[in-house]
Amino acid sequence: MTAPALRLTDLSKTFPLAKPLFAPAPPGVRAVRTMSFEVPKGETLGIVGESGCGKSTLARMLVGLLAPTTGTIEFGEAAPSPGDPAAFCKLIQYVFQDPISSLNPRKTIRQIMDAPLKQLYGMDRAERDKRVAEIFASVNLREEFLDRYPHEFSGGQAQRIGIARALAASPEIIVLDEPVSALDVSVQAQVLNLLADLRRTFGLTYLFISHDLAVVEAVSDRVVVLYFGAVVEIGRAETIFNAPKHPYTKLLADSAPVVGRPLTAPEQKGTELPDPLNPPPGCAFAGRCPRATDICRTEDPALRPMGDDQLAACHHPIED
Amino acid sequence: MGAYILKRLISAIPVLLGITVIVFLIMAMIPGDPATAILGSYATPDNVEKLNRDLGLDKPLVQRYFIWLGNMLTGDFGRSFSLNRPVLDEILDRFQATLILAGVSFVLCSILGILAGVVSAARQYGFADKAITFTVLIGISIPSFFLGMMMILLFAVNLRWLPVSGMYAIYGGGDLPDLINHLIMPALALAAVATGVIARLSRSAMLEVLRQDFIRTARAKGVPERRVIYGHALRAAMVSIIPVLGIQAGFVLSGAVYIEMVFQWPGIGRMLVDAILKRDILLVQGGVVFVAAAYVMFNIAVDVAQSVLDPRIKT
Amino acid sequence: MTAFLKLLFRNRLAALGAVVLGLILVLVIITPLLPLADPNVTSTGDRFARPFTQGHLLGTDHLGRDLLSRLLYGTRLSLAVGIAAAVIAATIGSAIGIIAGYFGGRTDNLIMRGVDMLMAFPYILLALAIVAALGPGLMNALVAVAAVNIPFFARNIRGITVSLAGREFIDAARLAGKGHVRIILTELLPNVLPVIIIAMSTTVGWMILETAGLSFLGLGSQPPQADLGSMLGEARAALITAPHTSVVPGIMIFFIVMSVNLLGDGVRDALDPRLKSGALSRPRATTRVDRKDPAPTRPQQGALDLQDLETQFHVGARVYRAVGGVSINVAPGECLGIIGESGSGKSVTALSVMGLVASPPGVITAGAVKFEGEDLLSARYEALRRKRGDKVAYIFQDPLATLHPLYKVGDQMIEAIQVHHKVPRSQARARALDLFNAVRIPNAESRLDNYPHEMSGGMRQRVGIAMAMVNDPEVIIADEPTTALDVTVQAQILALLDDLRRERGLAIIFITHDFGVVAQLCDRVAVMYAGRIVEEGPTQAVLDAPAHPYTKRLIACVPELGGGRRRLEAIPGLPPVVDKLPAGCAFAPRCTKAAADCQRGEIGLDRQGSRAVRCIHPEEALA
Repeated sequence: MTAPALRLTDLSKTFPLAKPLFAPAPPGVRAVRTMSFEVPKGETLGIVGESGCGKSTLARMLVGLLAPTTGTIEFGEAAPSPGDPAAFCKLIQYVFQDPISSLNPRKTIRQIMDAPLKQLYGMDRAERDKRVAEIFASVNLREEFLDRYPHEFSGGQAQRIGIARALAASPEIIVLDEPVSALDVSVQAQVLNLLADLRRTFGLTYLFISHDLAVVEAVSDRVVVLYFGAVVEIGRAETIFNAPKHPYTKLLADSAPVVGRPLTAPEQKGTELPDPLNPPPGCAFAGRCPRATDICRTEDPALRPMGDDQLAACHHPIED
Repeated sequence: MGAYILKRLISAIPVLLGITVIVFLIMAMIPGDPATAILGSYATPDNVEKLNRDLGLDKPLVQRYFIWLGNMLTGDFGRSFSLNRPVLDEILDRFQATLILAGVSFVLCSILGILAGVVSAARQYGFADKAITFTVLIGISIPSFFLGMMMILLFAVNLRWLPVSGMYAIYGGGDLPDLINHLIMPALALAAVATGVIARLSRSAMLEVLRQDFIRTARAKGVPERRVIYGHALRAAMVSIIPVLGIQAGFVLSGAVYIEMVFQWPGIGRMLVDAILKRDILLVQGGVVFVAAAYVMFNIAVDVAQSVLDPRIKT
Repeated sequence: MTAFLKLLFRNRLAALGAVVLGLILVLVIITPLLPLADPNVTSTGDRFARPFTQGHLLGTDHLGRDLLSRLLYGTRLSLAVGIAAAVIAATIGSAIGIIAGYFGGRTDNLIMRGVDMLMAFPYILLALAIVAALGPGLMNALVAVAAVNIPFFARNIRGITVSLAGREFIDAARLAGKGHVRIILTELLPNVLPVIIIAMSTTVGWMILETAGLSFLGLGSQPPQADLGSMLGEARAALITAPHTSVVPGIMIFFIVMSVNLLGDGVRDALDPRLKSGALSRPRATTRVDRKDPAPTRPQQGALDLQDLETQFHVGARVYRAVGGVSINVAPGECLGIIGESGSGKSVTALSVMGLVASPPGVITAGAVKFEGEDLLSARYEALRRKRGDKVAYIFQDPLATLHPLYKVGDQMIEAIQVHHKVPRSQARARALDLFNAVRIPNAESRLDNYPHEMSGGMRQRVGIAMAMVNDPEVIIADEPTTALDVTVQAQILALLDDLRRERGLAIIFITHDFGVVAQLCDRVAVMYAGRIVEEGPTQAVLDAPAHPYTKRLIACVPELGGGRRRLEAIPGLPPVVDKLPAGCAFAPRCTKAAADCQRGEIGLDRQGSRAVRCIHPEEALA
């Protein structure tokens, strides 16, 4: 067994709140609760969850844009110091949700592509041109695009450029933060297929963040389900939505609109997330959960193995 | 609501202290010592030293600041040497005159400016819009002191409709109609620029709001167009207009200095200019702190008005 | 740069400002070369000479000095000082603003507290205090004016920087290994610079005025040197006896400031991309209708019947054909889905029905919308307004942006009733409460008094639905009502809409880009591509056996839950831009079945029974 590409140990993030003048500082908002998991080399790990589940905060910690409150992030043998993007750059890269906004509107594509090559690898002009040409060929972009500005591109093309920029740093891992949710469906498939090809060609490891279960299922090996900043279930992509153990995963799977399934609102008590300023003591999902009992409201369930390759954090998991 | 006002008042304390520090530091930059300036030709080394001691100028800077601050808090702003009377008395007399002038101007420019801006936006590219835009452009380009002088030439000298200057007639008068008579020209001249600025901002705020989705919703509900503009849109636009009113109040207060010079209005602006030219430091210091504090209080009122209008502001 | 200048001078007022300012600048630059009298030579015998006297074109002042000469030298001085003050204030203020905005946190807090304190002064007080400390003089006035304006720039530029610093390209630069200094200089500054230039060009006139003002008060330039302000100040004493001595410098200040302001506004408009597209025009109460041909006279089918509808956007010389001849109808109790990608014209079609397409730039150029036997496009404003929200109601996408942020949701419900029906407020409120219960809003009574921002996205959309239903309309047009919502909330909203239409016999037009949603909710579906309907038919039939290649491939490229890991069928290429549509089938360039005849001429919608397809090589022959 080789070392995993990525290992998170007890990672969490709490955003402090402003301290009122005449009172002790409040505990802060826990955007990501303590979580640990590993990603083997070459795997695509899907991360799903709805708005407010902490998936973006997690992503920003992974690439070093945000320093974690507790815990460590290790890449194979290396463990760069947290909160220092430059140390992370060569190991892990990031593809943004909004492709246009992730490109500086006043720079040409060549300038954008040059930056990581110059900053991280100190390449000279000739080396850079050669490398950029290689990368552009691999993402099916024409080199004539290099001297244009971002606003001249459609969303799909801009997202290819974003992917090309991530590749320029020659990372081992790429975090894809909702990479296709801003794109139309016909273009979405192009980008997803390109990502699959690149992974095979370059032996990359992906963390694929999305709110779209069908997309995550189509691209991932394993899937992590987040709710309210915590991992509620981890499992293989083929099984996790067909045989969910956690009631929240089941709710997600039942809510996705599927051709041929009659329209009924899935069973749940409400739609409101708990108040992040005042989190409940037990399971965060208990308020919406049809299976909740007293223990759920007092004791936070730990993530534990259930069946093959599947873990869930639930006191009353769904049995087959 | 009460809690919000209290919170804003408490948060004003550091601002007020900051103002006194800034004024104190600026005044401490004065080259040479004020004693020499005050004593003029009577300045002998002995006299200067004695006066410095009397004024407390021989003490370290920080100590001098706290003495000055402490005195101000007990209502002692010092004594103006050029007028030979307590600074605070002079300030209170003069501030009243400025308040009348600036207050009337402010009300004028707020009403006229918002009205012009809204009409302009409602009839974008129509005749009214073009006429208003043109007038506004002239209004914000003409220096208020020049406008005042031209008004004097036209309405006081040539047409003889209004008095040339002053706050009351020198012989007799002193009642309200007399005051209004003297107030018309300076108030209008002072309001001109601010009216223009408010009109422009109101226009663009309205245009911005009219493109918002909730305006489309109002129309989709069948709300009559007049109500869409003067109800839904104006209400939302006020959220960005009110802070501008707060800033413009500062400009009106500033412009009052020029207008008071042109129209011989016995306000605090003229007092300050005279005091600077005579190097009456205590009077300048006191006057600046007093007016700035008043402006801070006014801005708190603006914030409170804003919080009443916009429920999204946490009270 | 040339594009910028072209844009700038297309604005005639800005061009006028540039010409006047240019003339003044040339004049003051060559002033020392002109045969003028010495501006400071006094000659008491010639005092107060009128304009056009021999040797003194503009007359003389109270000391007999030549006014023309003094005016030109004074203008030189005023311009130099004003511009210098603007440059100093802009440089220092912007630097402070960028640093505060980029680093944020404590740095930002500290700097902005200081700036707030400076801005707590009415600006002239600070200027007066500085002049009082430094002593009267032109250089000191310059320092004072610059210092007073620094906070304005700092705050303005900080705001821009904060919004830019949160943008993803800054994160991307960090991940490319750039350090703070490099990011500020190479990523931020190029984006902030236009804003700095705008701020400068709109305030430089103001700063010229302020320096002139200080000189006017006698605190700026000292005799015998004179700028325009001090000329006015000196002339004030003789205002009544010799008005020309005041008028001359006054008019000059006016000309300078006016031309600077005109030019500054022009620069702002040319640099501000929002204004560039003409987006800041205000939309009219209804979409403009400009039909070249008479409206179709076919009788109405169903509850709402769109006939050959064409809606275009006219932006400058370009014409975007957003909707290119759409005919579609919906029967009572039926739910019709319109599906398409962004730019397919589905939303514009929906908004055209009640004249809600923003206009300008939208224009309805052909067709008719038949409702209750009448053409809504021909209706007068008041007649159309009476139907809006009463007979035909809308549900929009993002319920935070589409509800008025400053009114309580209950009041917005009540208004929707009262603009159509004369009922007392208490009765309207009771009706609103009924509907809140009908859309299953918990604690409906107290929710009526909430503001939109106090509700979650799902609750807000329930309010949106309740508001659409409040007058029992015949038709509801729902424009992507669940797109902004989380999937668990979406499921509930869809179920709710489905129940409501079955209970109340509503006709619904449902706009979406999601086949799963269409399949679950809609009886019939119309697929749009590049502004036209390419296929239409009963939902199940279309999904089972799509006839148009686009429909087939679109369905294939959407992953569906339960399919496991797989490669998706992508459609190569991009949808066309609707300002230059190809002849014939717009999908042909991306279609594997395309033949030469596909792009030759107009292809009609071929209708067979309940199904229709716009294709000459369809995937399935329609039965």
